[in-house]
Amino acid sequence: MRVQRCKGTRDLSPEEMTRFRLIEGVFRDCCLKWGYREVRTPTLEYLHLFTSTGTLTPGRLDKVYSFLDWDGWSGERVVLRPDGTIPVARLYIDSMEGEGLAKLFYVANVFIFEATGKKTRERWQCGAELIGAGSPLTDVELVMLALEILKRLKLEGIELRLSHAGLIRASLAKLGLSPEEQTTIFDRILDGDTEALAKVKFRRPKLKETLPSLLDLKGKSPGFLRNLKAQLSQDLPELQPHIDDFINLTELLEALGCDYQIDIASGRGFEYYTGVIFQLFRGEEKIGGGGRYDALIPLMGGKDIPASGFALYLDRLMSLVKPEALAKPLAQRILVRAQPAAVKEGFSTADYLREAGYVAEFYLGTQEQADFEWTLAVKSKQPLFILTDQVKRRRFEAQTIKEVLAVLREKGGDKGSVA
Amino acid sequence: MEIKVALPKGRLLGETAALLRRAGWGLIGYHERARFYHTKSRRFPNLSAKVFHEKDIPIQVAIGNYDLGICGSDWIEELLAKYPSSGLLKEGNLGYGEGALYMAASRSEGAATVEEMRAKPGIVRIASEYPNLAESFALNLRLRRFSIFPLWGAAEVYPPESADLALAFSTAEELLQYGLAPVSKILSVSAFLIANRNSWESKDMGEVMASLQDVLISESVPRKLAKEKYPSSTTAPRMPEIQYLSEEPAEDIVQLALPDGHQQSPTLHLLSKAGIHIDDYPSAAGNRRPTTDLSGVTIKVIRPQDMPLQVANGNFDLAITGRDWLMEHLYQFPSSPVTELLDLKLGKVKIVAVVSKDLSVADVHGLRQLNAERAVPLRVASEYINIADKYARDNHLGLYRVVPTWGASEAFLPEDADLLIENTQTGRTIARHNLKIIDTLFASTAWLIGSSNRISSSIKRERIKSIIETLRRAVEEL
Repeated sequence: MRVQRCKGTRDLSPEEMTRFRLIEGVFRDCCLKWGYREVRTPTLEYLHLFTSTGTLTPGRLDKVYSFLDWDGWSGERVVLRPDGTIPVARLYIDSMEGEGLAKLFYVANVFIFEATGKKTRERWQCGAELIGAGSPLTDVELVMLALEILKRLKLEGIELRLSHAGLIRASLAKLGLSPEEQTTIFDRILDGDTEALAKVKFRRPKLKETLPSLLDLKGKSPGFLRNLKAQLSQDLPELQPHIDDFINLTELLEALGCDYQIDIASGRGFEYYTGVIFQLFRGEEKIGGGGRYDALIPLMGGKDIPASGFALYLDRLMSLVKPEALAKPLAQRILVRAQPAAVKEGFSTADYLREAGYVAEFYLGTQEQADFEWTLAVKSKQPLFILTDQVKRRRFEAQTIKEVLAVLREKGGDKGSVA
Repeated sequence: MEIKVALPKGRLLGETAALLRRAGWGLIGYHERARFYHTKSRRFPNLSAKVFHEKDIPIQVAIGNYDLGICGSDWIEELLAKYPSSGLLKEGNLGYGEGALYMAASRSEGAATVEEMRAKPGIVRIASEYPNLAESFALNLRLRRFSIFPLWGAAEVYPPESADLALAFSTAEELLQYGLAPVSKILSVSAFLIANRNSWESKDMGEVMASLQDVLISESVPRKLAKEKYPSSTTAPRMPEIQYLSEEPAEDIVQLALPDGHQQSPTLHLLSKAGIHIDDYPSAAGNRRPTTDLSGVTIKVIRPQDMPLQVANGNFDLAITGRDWLMEHLYQFPSSPVTELLDLKLGKVKIVAVVSKDLSVADVHGLRQLNAERAVPLRVASEYINIADKYARDNHLGLYRVVPTWGASEAFLPEDADLLIENTQTGRTIARHNLKIIDTLFASTAWLIGSSNRISSSIKRERIKSIIETLRRAVEEL
């Protein structure tokens, strides 16, 4: 019987982990410099954290990994974290509410069932949450942070698409639908059904004139939104605050020279979004997204605290980022071969080389010398050290480890730098 | 190529047998009094059928043990609610065995609506034989917080004390008799023909399907289901309310669970020996709330299988169930507060590991060796899924799968399972089915069980103590 990998899971090979850590490193570095602090929440959470209206859509809940824990006789289930934001909001309510503003980030895996098993069911996210601030400036900060990370990953051709959950909700409320129907259609939009709005908008012929232009809205400037505002101001005053919020955001982005595309009907995202929704695309592939979720923390039993956040999809970035473009030249690799009588000296020599910034591997009888820039024989008799340049086929003898290091520095400069 | 069919016993047996008779299958021995589970067709020599509990049939067809099956759509939807991508195809509505699944609440609490359930503070408890459907109902309704109590049966007796909602197969009229009112109709049920997806794609079942198609077409069953009507809770005639002991505070009243089924007469015998009188137990009319002369005690009759979980949740203080079902519960929830109070020494059975007589294995070590040489998982069938799982784990049976069954597990060997974890009194049924016992896990008798959680009411504590003592004396006399 062959050992099998669980369906819908993936292993990350050493090469893939190199990419993973590079992206994670850039993400962490940017977040820390912008004043965000890292958190880590548990893999297991209670299911009820995700079930209320305003958290996850039923379409997403159907794909949650839930089960009864060993003490789950009450019938309440636990889940493998299906989302990164809700646990962070829970953590904030749990222990950080007194702090007011919290700028947090995380690198976490989320679990979403996918029926074919061809896509991975465990996905990695780099997420940032800005809790306790509610201005359009906060949303812009998150957009700019996300874009900076992608820029530092040397990813080009990033497209920013904007939608607005408040605007969608307020429009749906004008369509004469029941609250259940409104939620259902909102959920379908968030789950990516771009036709959802088209299917309902004709049920109220009176709104036929104004709403389609709003819902099919695509544009690239705040002026576009301002015209719309003027058009709607008489018929739909309820939409005003959301349009104003949206205009403020786009004006700020405009001032920062940031390109974007407004596309209201493609508001794919989470049910907890209440304001701007932003999505990051490279070609047709979505590589991240975020939005404002002012109602989530009060809904979960916390204070009335606004928040917004985003996540970048690590698995997708891994296939896009070229490590050569990012990586510093790797440290030189030295294979240390000690004679049986000089094992102790061999280990201390390897330690010394590592301290000096080299990768020093101890010879275990199986490594190929050709995989290394250098080999270093450590002996109990003179000469104590024999250093061989595997690339240029040169041989150096040395009496002390300091001499070895001097040779490495002098002769190894053309092989890449020391880490 | 052999075609295997899973046929229902119980509720759907009569009409299914009649349908297949009209289809000319010539099934041998598929009738109410059949003692064996296997049957052959006189018309289709390559067709063999086996009789199952209805609930087992979608699972057996989905995993490919059977190519075709007939069962109620309730059990199909229950499976698909959790496993939408399973290899199960619905081939057609057979137009009989009709009924409905209702989500219902107690009428004594006033009429409940979906909106009230959603607005309810705290946890909404739903009791059901259909836990997967109950969970999707709760998720789709966006209930903020809920608990599902999976049941073996008698869901209708749970509201209002032991659950807020019951999801049960019923009619609106029956619900009224139980003192319940429908909150929502979940599903219209009727008998369906189902097929395994792989079999459907790879096997020639044309003749068999044609025989059924003929029957259905010639009878031209109207496929459109009549729009179900059920009395809304406001217009329904008021039924006499269930009487609760209202003169006493609820926290002082002892909730006692008594078993239904074949445990009833030995339980009744013991109780009368103890001088405890119970009215209408066992009940010919199906009353599940008998009364007693014990003061401050309320009784409900439920399935013994469901008792440990109910005691763990504080819905009952005392219950009479088998030790087997207590162990089943504790293996799933090791830190559960349920505890053994008194061995009633009734209904002794052994829990045993059983294989086919044709298997050259004498004990579990032999089975382990045999399984190590096989490339396919060992199929372990049992009503006791947690006991079976633990047994397979503890004995390092390697690659195995537990197949849940709902009774008559001995029918699963040898074709549909390799190992059975089963209870037996005499071993005669096992021998009759050409099976053998290779291991005994433990012995089980009826026990009085309770909770180790502290009871705040001293009156209730005294009452429980007194019942235990009364029963202890009766057991010693027996």
